[in-house]
Amino acid sequence: MSYWLRRLLFFPPLVLVMATLSFFLVRLAPGGPFDRERASASPQVEAALREKYHLDESLGLQYLRFLGLRWERAPDGTWHRASGGLLTGDLGRSLKYRNHTVTDILVQGLPVSMALGALAFAFALGTGIPVGFWSAVRQGSWADWGGTLLALAGVCVPGFVIGPLLVLVFALQLRWLPVGLWGNPWQAILPTVALGLYFSGRVARLMREGMAQTLQSDFIRTARAKGLTDFRVWTRHALPLAIMPVVSYSGPMLADLLTGSFVVENLFQIPGIGVFIVNSSLSRDYPMVVGLVLLYAVLLLALNLAVDLLYGVLDPRVRHA
Amino acid sequence: MPENAVLPPSWFEQARRYVRRHPIVTGSVLFLILLFLLAMVVPWLSPYASAKGSDTQFGHPDAHHWFGTDVHGRDLFTRVFAGARISLLVGLVGTGVSLVIGVGWGMVAGYFGGRLDGILMRFVDILYSLPGIVLVIVLITALEPTVKIVAEHAAPGLTRLVRLLFLFVGLGAVSWLTMARIIRGQVLSLRTRSFVLASQSLGAGPLRILWYHILPNVTGLVVVYLTLTVPAIILYESFLSYLGLGIQPPDASLGTLIAEGAGQINPLQINWWLVVFPGGVLAATLLALSFVGDGVKDALDPRAER
Repeated sequence: MSYWLRRLLFFPPLVLVMATLSFFLVRLAPGGPFDRERASASPQVEAALREKYHLDESLGLQYLRFLGLRWERAPDGTWHRASGGLLTGDLGRSLKYRNHTVTDILVQGLPVSMALGALAFAFALGTGIPVGFWSAVRQGSWADWGGTLLALAGVCVPGFVIGPLLVLVFALQLRWLPVGLWGNPWQAILPTVALGLYFSGRVARLMREGMAQTLQSDFIRTARAKGLTDFRVWTRHALPLAIMPVVSYSGPMLADLLTGSFVVENLFQIPGIGVFIVNSSLSRDYPMVVGLVLLYAVLLLALNLAVDLLYGVLDPRVRHA
Repeated sequence: MPENAVLPPSWFEQARRYVRRHPIVTGSVLFLILLFLLAMVVPWLSPYASAKGSDTQFGHPDAHHWFGTDVHGRDLFTRVFAGARISLLVGLVGTGVSLVIGVGWGMVAGYFGGRLDGILMRFVDILYSLPGIVLVIVLITALEPTVKIVAEHAAPGLTRLVRLLFLFVGLGAVSWLTMARIIRGQVLSLRTRSFVLASQSLGAGPLRILWYHILPNVTGLVVVYLTLTVPAIILYESFLSYLGLGIQPPDASLGTLIAEGAGQINPLQINWWLVVFPGGVLAATLLALSFVGDGVKDALDPRAER
């Protein structure tokens, strides 16, 4: 128990490190958030903007403000803490979409990205595991070659190739499915496939490798020698061990999927948060980038923890002292 | 020599056996050689310049333009192979960059161990949990002022080169993490072996031991992982170029071509060749590289039966 507690206790410092790193990293890039205004602002206006968003302060003071540890002196001489800051759970305002806080934007887009990501996750596991499983138990056969080729194709055809092709074939040529947008189940099919195909290929490859290796173990020979049917040996004896690589991959995979994909959301005009990670980095929307990095990091940490918990359940040999 | 001695198979015979046993790996190697040749020769021999427009916009693939033409009437066949040339170049050099960083980092962390190892590997962990794209964007844009300085003080031809160079650095800088982890794990066990101990007791310094004793022992692992890194970097480059961050027009990589094609999708006019050909070449290249990588992995895997 104390092992898990210790890992949980490590969360806050890790999050703080990630926050600090991303805070300084995005400010390292040249240019500022107000460079890309429609008309370049007059020096006074830009100075006013910088002052309003406290970008005129020194980097150290900005960092203190970002953490929520900035103390300011009021006109009457009293000191008080500037409102907001990470320690109060406030990520600040977006510099690009003014009047919106970073939390607002995340809360709006995240459910959409998460729904799409969860669908793609289900698709990846639902197709990848059977294909990899079947390839491994039929090694060297045509089924194996077909499955392996399919999995490799999934990994090798990038989303920005398969996405437009899916649109061309199923939406424009055959007119079976809508071209884009988000809202009804029909609109979810193409983005799910476009997003999930790569991960499905990865899962299939991991599954095949894990299964192939497990089938060579001694305990499988024992199970066979007991006279069990192939099916029982595969599912009850081999599968729990063979699926391990897939389990440990699903943590990072889910973190990737749930935080949205730039390519797919852009192509299908889906109002998620995937488009923000690229756009905010490009437009130097500092608070947005920091918020997204934190979201990703927290998800990754939590999911890796979940994976390790699941490991202990699946493999009785794994014990966390 | 006794009459019935079994001669070891000649080199040619070994190669013939390998080809017969691994038709797909062989086919992939041949495909990659062909692609290399085409990428070298096509942009040079083609009657159409890769960056020069013409009046035949959105021409279907035909006898003159085998892959059709794009929005500016440029010959897509020429552009695809000019793009493949850049993609391959980026893949190979980017892999080289990630190799140097990853192997160096992993060897130092694994060999010296202790606190240094802890610091170096925590750094890798932190970079792992950072979305790679943020790092690349920051790196590439942070290097942009240098590109401008070069553009002002030197020939514009050099600007393209410098930009490409920074792309290599950026791509290499985000792709070395796994390599560092793998190498570190291996070195961690190698450094306790007796040949390292022997060398240490003879007074060899850490640099000498790392270079002459540790490095040769991780070469196999490095080669295996390298073959997997090349397609990953090519893919990453196409993604960056797709975002408009990588190769800048009028140059093209497979990624920019796909992005251009994807941008032309509309219900009125289905210009499928703009996506299918560059996408197909990219996918086939990655597929072939992956097969070769798997082949190398199997060939070097001590557990695999020969």
